[in-house]
Amino acid sequence: MAIVSQSSKFGNIMRPTMAWVVGLVFFFPIFWLAFTSFKTDADAVKPEFLFFFTPTLDNYLNMAENYDYWRFAINSVITTTFATGFTLFVGVPAAYAMAFNPSRHTKDILMWMLSTKMLPAAAVLYPMTFLTKNFLGVFDTHFLIIIVLSLINLPIVIWMLFTYFKEIPKEIIEAGKMDGVSTWGEIKDILLPLAWGGLASTALLCFIFCWNEAYWTVRLTTTEAATLSKLIEGNRAPEGLFFGRLSAVSMAAVGPIVVLGWFCQKQLVQGLTFGAVK
Amino acid sequence: MAGLTIRDVVKAYGEVEVMHGVNLDIDDGEFVVFVGPSGCGKSTLLRMIAGLEEISGGEISIGDTVVNEVAPSKRGVAMVFQTYALYPHMTVYNNMAFGLKQAKTPKDEIDRRVQQAAKVLDIVDYLDRTPRALSGGQRQRVAIGRAIVREPEVFLFDEPLSNLDAALRGQTRLEIARLHERLGATMIYVTHDQVEAMTLADKIVVLRLGYVEQVGKPMDLYNKPDNLFVAQFIGSPAMNIFNSKVDGKTVSIGGDKSVGDLENAPAGDVAVGIRPEHLIACKKSEAVISGKLELIERLGDHIIAHLIRDDNSEFIVKTEDFASNSKGDLMHFKVDADRVHYFDKESEKRIS
Ligand SMILES: Nc1ncnc2c1ncn2[C@@H]1O[C@H](COP(=O)(O)OP(=O)(O)OP(=O)(O)O)[C@@H](O)[C@H]1O
Ligand SMILES: [Mg+2]
Repeated sequence: MAIVSQSSKFGNIMRPTMAWVVGLVFFFPIFWLAFTSFKTDADAVKPEFLFFFTPTLDNYLNMAENYDYWRFAINSVITTTFATGFTLFVGVPAAYAMAFNPSRHTKDILMWMLSTKMLPAAAVLYPMTFLTKNFLGVFDTHFLIIIVLSLINLPIVIWMLFTYFKEIPKEIIEAGKMDGVSTWGEIKDILLPLAWGGLASTALLCFIFCWNEAYWTVRLTTTEAATLSKLIEGNRAPEGLFFGRLSAVSMAAVGPIVVLGWFCQKQLVQGLTFGAVK
Repeated sequence: MAGLTIRDVVKAYGEVEVMHGVNLDIDDGEFVVFVGPSGCGKSTLLRMIAGLEEISGGEISIGDTVVNEVAPSKRGVAMVFQTYALYPHMTVYNNMAFGLKQAKTPKDEIDRRVQQAAKVLDIVDYLDRTPRALSGGQRQRVAIGRAIVREPEVFLFDEPLSNLDAALRGQTRLEIARLHERLGATMIYVTHDQVEAMTLADKIVVLRLGYVEQVGKPMDLYNKPDNLFVAQFIGSPAMNIFNSKVDGKTVSIGGDKSVGDLENAPAGDVAVGIRPEHLIACKKSEAVISGKLELIERLGDHIIAHLIRDDNSEFIVKTEDFASNSKGDLMHFKVDADRVHYFDKESEKRIS
């Protein structure tokens, strides 16, 4: 008994400590970014001014003056929202079908979908740019970004939804069939109310992934559909100058999503652990 | 109201066939119980009737309609699941009303039916709760209520009581029997439980490995099992099976006396079946079989005794009392000649 209580006492101290350490390590870049955004460009590169400096709002004022932050922000909101919506619109019925009417190939399809994530994005950079620019004429449009973001996130979204739907007893869906509910009614009246938590965390995660996506949004846009990722990219000076300004821009870009994530922590944790911590 | 006809029904999952041409007639208003060991296809057959499982071959008719291609909700059947399968996010009232709403039943009609079913099942007080806030027994009653309100012609139950404790199981069993009496609907009921099968059924269907082994009234199955499997499956504890010596037509199983005469006994061996409750303690000179008392299970109103014979084979006796016998005693038993069952050892079929 003594050993058990001792080790659990040890655990009681160790676990929160570890959590804090890990948390701080992960939070440090944001923290550093926030600090830097209030420094002058000169102070920003001097290590001795890491914590002690005279804060200034210059970077933010400068950004507001020189860049059309809101245009980028609105593009981000539009593409992210529609991409998330479209992904769920396709993902929910797909995951529903795979969870409740599996065929012999369902497992293969799931694996295949995951395998698409193994393709290095850079490999298709040229064809993508060429096709969208010269062939389809959709380069730098909201439409293109929405489709691209949707396709990138569909596999993970379907996987997550599939896992949640799998947890719903098959008999409940069958009871619905006995009660004469239509397929759409099955999804709307039975499946979604039961998988609400899972659906919310999947949507949230998809939203975050879309918002943060940089590889394609930077390369497939110029101005019209340019998102906040593009704004950051545009401020990245090769010589490593203008750190202060870059930080301010970055803060303005990641700020909304960090705040959103903060408020939805519970949903997210539940979503990412697939309900493992119950 | 409607009966059911099942003709040459086959079920295959991919290459694997699990039901092999089942034939069965169920009369209107009959209470039919499917029994059989785990994996024999009870649920599969029930689910094919419900429409939850595709019928790979053959035909199922309800009333005069072949229902192979008819949607579950259009077959006039309602199902009660072992796990209740209530909608967790709906109140008890809405759980029962859901099916009627789908069928566009008028609101006051829905209300009338739900209230009436709730009264019959004694769940009026819980109508506003969600299933989460109910006990297992209450949930089961809601599940039955959900079936009743749809006023189906055929009720399907898949082991509806197996998640309840013994007392509640007995009580709910009675309620189902009463319900059958009151509604007069056809009911098909899957169970593992001997007592449920024997007490509820008008007709028992014994299944094994996707085949129907025997169909009959409970007491017919008990008194005249068609084969060794049914003989040992129906009745608890299971029937004792002994090897026998056939001398002309006289059959004996090792005791001083023969168990009986068998006209036209087959050339091969004969298996003799005697139910534990039909063996009666007696003097050695009257005995058909003897054994050393090895274990006594006292169950209050009766005793189950395990005995070992000289050749180390075991048999069981069920009796009201063994007065003074204790472990190790050699005991002798007789049996009424008309309580003895004979089976062909090769085909496992009943003889005579
Ligand atoms: N989806 C499936 N794919 C392949 N085989 C299946 C499937 N469902 C059931 N089976 C097989 O069909 C047979 C009958 O199963 P079923 O569930 O009807 O048995 P059961 O008599 O209801 O058993 P239990 O008493 O354990 O409920 C079993 O051998 C089972 O392995
Ligand atoms: Mg079953």
